[in-house]
Amino acid sequence: MGYDAGAFQVAVIGAGHAGIEAALAAARLGCETVIFTINMDAVGNCPCNPSIGGTAKGHLVREIDALGGEMGKTTDACFLQSRMLNLGKGPAVHSLRAQIDRRKYSEIMKHKLELQPHLQMKQAEIVELNQTEDGKWKLLTRMNAEYTADTVILATGTFLGGRIFIGEVAYDSGPDGMFPAAFLADSLKKLGLRLRRFKTGTPARVLRSSIDFTDLEMQAGDEPVVPFSYETEGKLENKEVCYVSWTNAQTKQVILDNIHRSPLYSGMIEGVGPRYCPSIEDKIVRFADKPRHQLFIEPCGENTEEMYLQGMSSSLPEDVQIAFYHTVKGLEHVQIMRSAYAIEYDCVDPTQMEATLEFADLPGLYGAGQFNGSSGYEEAAAQGLVAGINAARKVQGKPPMILDRASSYIGTLVDDLITKGVSDPYRMMTSRSEYRLVLRQDNADERLTPIGHEIGLIHQERWEKFQQKQAMKEAERRRVEKLVFSPTEELNQILVSCETSPVTSGVHMSDLLRRPQITYEALTPVDTERPDYPKAVFENVEIELKYEGYIRRQKADIAEMRRLEKKLLPKETDYQKIEGLRMEAREKLQKVRPANIGQASRISGVSPADISVLLIWLAREGGEPIHGGY
Amino acid sequence: MLDTMEKKDTVAAISTAQAPGGIGVVRISGPRARQVGDRVFRSAKGKTIRETPGYTALYGGVYDGEEKLDEAIALVFAAPASFTGEDVVELSCHGGVFVMRRVLEAVLKAGAAPAGPGEFTKRAFLNGKIGLTEAEAVMQVISAQGMQSARAARAGKEGALEKRIAGVRERLIDAAAHLAAWADYPDDDVPQVNEVELKDGLLETCEQLEQLLKQFDAGRAIREGVDTVIVGRPNVGKSTLMNLLAGCERSIVTQYAGTTRDVVEDTVVLGDILLRLADTAGIRSTEDPVESIGVDIAKNRLQSAQLVLAVFDSSSPLSQDDRELMERLRGVPTVAVVNKTDLEPQIDLEELHRSFSQVVSISARNGEGLAELSQACAQVLETTSLNPSEGMLFTERQRDDARQALNCAKEALMAMESGMTLDAVTVSVEGAVSALLELTGERATEAVVDSVFAQFCVGK
Repeated sequence: MGYDAGAFQVAVIGAGHAGIEAALAAARLGCETVIFTINMDAVGNCPCNPSIGGTAKGHLVREIDALGGEMGKTTDACFLQSRMLNLGKGPAVHSLRAQIDRRKYSEIMKHKLELQPHLQMKQAEIVELNQTEDGKWKLLTRMNAEYTADTVILATGTFLGGRIFIGEVAYDSGPDGMFPAAFLADSLKKLGLRLRRFKTGTPARVLRSSIDFTDLEMQAGDEPVVPFSYETEGKLENKEVCYVSWTNAQTKQVILDNIHRSPLYSGMIEGVGPRYCPSIEDKIVRFADKPRHQLFIEPCGENTEEMYLQGMSSSLPEDVQIAFYHTVKGLEHVQIMRSAYAIEYDCVDPTQMEATLEFADLPGLYGAGQFNGSSGYEEAAAQGLVAGINAARKVQGKPPMILDRASSYIGTLVDDLITKGVSDPYRMMTSRSEYRLVLRQDNADERLTPIGHEIGLIHQERWEKFQQKQAMKEAERRRVEKLVFSPTEELNQILVSCETSPVTSGVHMSDLLRRPQITYEALTPVDTERPDYPKAVFENVEIELKYEGYIRRQKADIAEMRRLEKKLLPKETDYQKIEGLRMEAREKLQKVRPANIGQASRISGVSPADISVLLIWLAREGGEPIHGGY
Repeated sequence: MLDTMEKKDTVAAISTAQAPGGIGVVRISGPRARQVGDRVFRSAKGKTIRETPGYTALYGGVYDGEEKLDEAIALVFAAPASFTGEDVVELSCHGGVFVMRRVLEAVLKAGAAPAGPGEFTKRAFLNGKIGLTEAEAVMQVISAQGMQSARAARAGKEGALEKRIAGVRERLIDAAAHLAAWADYPDDDVPQVNEVELKDGLLETCEQLEQLLKQFDAGRAIREGVDTVIVGRPNVGKSTLMNLLAGCERSIVTQYAGTTRDVVEDTVVLGDILLRLADTAGIRSTEDPVESIGVDIAKNRLQSAQLVLAVFDSSSPLSQDDRELMERLRGVPTVAVVNKTDLEPQIDLEELHRSFSQVVSISARNGEGLAELSQACAQVLETTSLNPSEGMLFTERQRDDARQALNCAKEALMAMESGMTLDAVTVSVEGAVSALLELTGERATEAVVDSVFAQFCVGK
């Protein structure tokens, strides 16, 4: 028993990207909130790449922003370079990515937390977590302070049981030289959480002036800069560039000559690494026939000369790192400032959680971020927001916020985690969403801002602005559906120059926009009455016209999915006792305990036959009529 | 008036397979089964079905209003001790397609709704009487009426179909994976998606799926039977042939031309193939008004038949009527059956061979030539080229999935041709993949379960 340090409604353990969103959301929704961090200078730290967004991750940031989260705004405030990836591949996969000033990002986030009413920040390591008989949570710090909380959000990142590996050297540590959380894991195991070891890695940081950029390919940002946040206004400017280089036969040789010194191959590391972000030695061993691998040289901030070598993470010994980095063009004389390392940490089996990110068997306990088996700042922030909102709503006796797969990438992420579980750190990808033509980054506000508003994270001014934008969109859609162009010489010249067929009679503007080759921009000369709306409005109208058929079909799929999601499976269902289920299905269902038939059908190992058995069982249990339903 | 909801709770259908020699059963299932039964059935002893306990039979007649349709036995099953788990009344009559249809009509008039395909099995399933796998197995057994069909079903179970589909699927998954990698890792060293290669791959997928679907249609001949019409001028021995095939006397056979006036139906197994036979009135010019109706029906039948057995009399030369028939059968899948080979041959076989690819000589009366006939039918129907162990699509559900996959693949091609961006193309490719996954049962939606049930024969 420690000394009584006070009571809170929501306690957040960890102040990384998940913890920040969780704490801000809970406090903004009016809950007395406390956030614990092992190091006050590590709030919102980016211990890996100095960038936010990217494919699918960019979608997540936009969605976080649309719901009223913070990541997008802070990124806009400290970005160094911004790119819209995948232009030309279609609107579903357009993704925003920004290089950021990582110190500035951390500073802004810390300051926002400090200024946030109802939120207290504590530098403390939580060593024990217990639930009292009345359902309250007790958090004990290393300094023997005992906090009481109605709800607790675990956002421990790579700190939990963290252990760093650099070649033959291994030691307990959090990321970036921070202390690890050494004791909490035991306490969590006692609560019944199924913990496992994952690992991730990061490349070296090197001195800018030691790089020879002369022969490297430069990569500039895109203009005009598209902000992440729907609230960001004013002109944004790119400040920095990145560079591209390649490994070569020599790099490969150095690594292969020393592969036995890698803790991954010598068996020191037991944690499972991400398939989607392999270390350089992994890439060289697994893709042995590839002669070279790409790497990006990215700035870490405006006020530092540290550069990040994306694509070159490693856990090889320091001397080997120096040797192989020196084989790369431009890096022949590079000075390493921080070595690459692998870090192993404890995380939980997320199938123990519900769609609110609350543990099914531990009411009031939530998990978010890497703790849940994901990887990436954006994935973490998205879960933090979901957990924070739901913890607050639970405290306030409100129904939970559940985002389904059709609503967002956030919903897809949560559903994948809790339904399929993870076998390696989970990274968001556009291909994970079956509804990706509907879940675009350009319509995140349309999908989620009404929810954010209802929850209370969207302030009035922004809500009004959103509604205005929606009104403009509808007006513009009506306008182009009505507007008829005569088959003039001018119009046909435009059509032909866009490599599409000319017209001989009047044609609706909407029908022209449906043609893949025709854009708003191309029609500017003939569309003389075009109203003065923001660019995003036209972009949105054009996409929805062009992809109309696909969107309609996906919406039909969504309706079918939601129908199955409405068939709720009682939480206390004992699947072992349902006759007709196959053994494997019983076990999987018992483990995941799906909330509804839809979720059940997505569990691997649960067959269509099992689903029909469940449907019948439900029909019987629920007293639904056996007849007439079909 | 019964509202639709109430009407649908009790369903009925002819539930005997149309096999030779059996009695016909109309099955009524649902909470109002007994009530409906009482409206059409009158017991000889004046008992009502409603007051009859389960597992009891009543003897009497089936009536449409005051008209007696047939003698019948009413078998009563009380819920839940029945096949469907509901109240069930089965009316067993003497059979004959026409009579059974009249009985069913009467039952429907009395307040039952027609059972959807597989509805009895679905009800049995929903009432927990059988499991889905069992239901699927029941379906396979029902539909595997010919030997080849049974082999095909086994091949499907043992994964020959799965292997063939897997080939197509792997290729599509590869394409989808490449598209995904290319979209999700724009900065990585992922090879550009080569649109020409992607198109080629999709075209090949389409071809393979089309081939599978084509085989499905041939496979259906094996599984479900072929609509077969026996034609020929009067008194060449059509009814004798039919009876030979059916193994029992069905049509009225006399020495006099023109005695078969109606279309008599039967289902027979010939070698590996299930034939649904119709013996028609002989085709000849006639003044007799009654007979001419029969002749018209016969002519119509020719248009819709999947197989025609054209019977010719070996003991007489080809007549004008024969030659008209030969003309009419141009382009129709036909086997020329030369009958009465036990008599002195008079016919010009050369002329028949010029008109028909398959000419078989039989003696219907002596039962000779059946093996040759069976082989000739298989040739005409192209079922000989079908190797069931190769794995062909054998349920409607699988065919729908394959068709869905084909449509998606075509859609992906169309999207590419019209200049749509690859994110849209990807969605179509993935649609094809998921259709193929469903085909092998790897995805679950309620719709899948429903379509499995729609696959069940109405009558078991």
